[in-house]
Amino acid sequence: MPLLTVVAVAFGIPVLTLLAGAFTVEDPATGTSTFGTANLSRSLQDPYLGTISSSVRLSAVVAVAGAVAGTILAQAVITSRFRALRETVLTFSGVLANFGGVPLAFVWIATLGNSGVVTTMLGLGSGVLYNFWGLALVYLYFSVPLMVLVVTPALDGLRPQWREAAYNSGATTWQFWRHVGVPVLAPALLGGVVLLFGGAFAAYATAAAMVGSTVPLVTLQIADALTGDVLVGYENIALALSLDMIVVALLVMAVYLPLQRRSSRWLR
Amino acid sequence: MTASRVRFTGLAALLLAGTAACGAAPTTATPSGGAAGGGSPAGTDARTATSAADFGGLDKLVEAAKKEGKLHVIALPPDWANYGKIIEAFTAKYGIEIESETPDASSADEINAVKTRKGQDRAPDVLDLGQSFAISGAAEGLFAPYKVQTWDKISANQKEPSGLWFNDYGGYVSIGCDAKKITKCPETFADLLKPEYKGKVALNGNPTKSGSAFAGVYAAALANGGSFDDIQPGLDFFKKLKESGNFNPVETTPATIEKGETQISIDWDYNNAAYAPKMAAKGIDWKTVVPTDGKYFQLYAQAINKDAPHPAAARLWQEFLYSTEGQNLYLGGFARPVLLPAMQADGTVDKAAEANLPPVEGDPAFPTEAQVNKAKEVLATGWGAAVAG
Repeated sequence: MPLLTVVAVAFGIPVLTLLAGAFTVEDPATGTSTFGTANLSRSLQDPYLGTISSSVRLSAVVAVAGAVAGTILAQAVITSRFRALRETVLTFSGVLANFGGVPLAFVWIATLGNSGVVTTMLGLGSGVLYNFWGLALVYLYFSVPLMVLVVTPALDGLRPQWREAAYNSGATTWQFWRHVGVPVLAPALLGGVVLLFGGAFAAYATAAAMVGSTVPLVTLQIADALTGDVLVGYENIALALSLDMIVVALLVMAVYLPLQRRSSRWLR
Repeated sequence: MTASRVRFTGLAALLLAGTAACGAAPTTATPSGGAAGGGSPAGTDARTATSAADFGGLDKLVEAAKKEGKLHVIALPPDWANYGKIIEAFTAKYGIEIESETPDASSADEINAVKTRKGQDRAPDVLDLGQSFAISGAAEGLFAPYKVQTWDKISANQKEPSGLWFNDYGGYVSIGCDAKKITKCPETFADLLKPEYKGKVALNGNPTKSGSAFAGVYAAALANGGSFDDIQPGLDFFKKLKESGNFNPVETTPATIEKGETQISIDWDYNNAAYAPKMAAKGIDWKTVVPTDGKYFQLYAQAINKDAPHPAAARLWQEFLYSTEGQNLYLGGFARPVLLPAMQADGTVDKAAEANLPPVEGDPAFPTEAQVNKAKEVLATGWGAAVAG
């Protein structure tokens, strides 16, 4: 009951405020506000629609690439004979998974920016970093370690006995993974993908410092509408955009939650 | 109904010094209205005082402010228009402590703080706002009318007739350039398209969010056949800049200049000029020019929170800002104070500081509020498409 109260206060009030704002349409000429869906429909038109789809695309790329790379890395580390290597990689992953925001952006600007160290050394020219793929690369920098952390327990849960049993029955390595490993891991992997998706979808500061408005993202768009020195009276469109984000997140969670339940069954 | 009338007042105020506005005095806290000046008797409540005379003169105002002992300000970066020194000078002169909170906040944040902290001790006393936020805030009845002693010297189109807001300082859109790394610095918007500036031309923010970047696009529009009514050529210019590979999406800060990541930056002249001495200490030769093909001048505005927790200190702060001393301090930060023409006329201007300003030919022209709003609408929908990809 206390938990429910906390949840109701911590999540309920912001969501209600958000809903109220998103459905309140203010007439700029008279200052009167009415109930309506004008903000929402506007948030689903250009240029806003483009920023939502661009955000979804970026998050999807980061989630899939991060999950694949993270899983491979985690498996390599787990099966390594060196215990110390495993500890080191996991510790580093813990640190890097939380490395984000403006510092991360600056690390990359100093490395691959227009006058970055690597750019100058290799003569890469300008604009290597400041596009969609550059941003995806930077997001992977905290997404891959996060995936390592998420997937390691699941990989640990793959009992060696299963593998031995498979081999004794004449299975190849490929067949083991195809019929045993990946199906057992699938829920955890998909869960990781969802987590990475969410992380990339909600990220803001890194992108703001690095690419400004050249890679349209919905979080940046919300910030523009909500705080700034230029646009007056766009607050409710920002709230409508937030509502769109919640809907996207809910859709993704709708996939994640049932899978999560299945994965815990296998990995006890 | 009330709201629409107040908004009309705000509009009329900017378009021209409305004589009508006295009649339609905004429905703010002050029952006596704004226009009367010394209408109320001495010893009045600081909250409703509309001039120093209401207190019984500046000395009495100082006394009342000292009694409050504190001033809460927001969104005043110490390296922006010399606010660091201004705050120091005010405290040194009157012994009133200034709590400066969230220096990097935006105008929207300031208005939010006024609304959400109503009645709290940490509500901002005074506001330094982008022009459109001053107008919309006045329309919403958030400000207290007040006329500083130098009120009459502020030209009519730079103040709200009843004193709900009045412009404080401003500047021109300028092009800053790292002359050590760039062999020939660009001097016009047309120059920026030259192939030699590949990947180098940055703005100091996102134009849908930052006032100075918005001004940069407006200036680019003026430079490319646009007008105050038509900002589209500015968007087209940045699209061209992006396509030619010259546009650099990193937003300028002193750190990016130092790092060499933003070697050319479009920003207010007072920001660019203020970077120069700091960068010189780090071996960077930061040059500032006001482009001849796209001259755009804009002023910020001061307002007093209607529910200011320290109403007398808030009013004293305004008196200080608009005194010769305060205005010269703005000038010392390379900003052009609103009383600059008056001070040039009566010889009270700080000659040395004035000489440091980047030179500009001719007098500035101003867009109307309606023109600016239309430009913002075009920008909000078109900017993403212009530079995305």
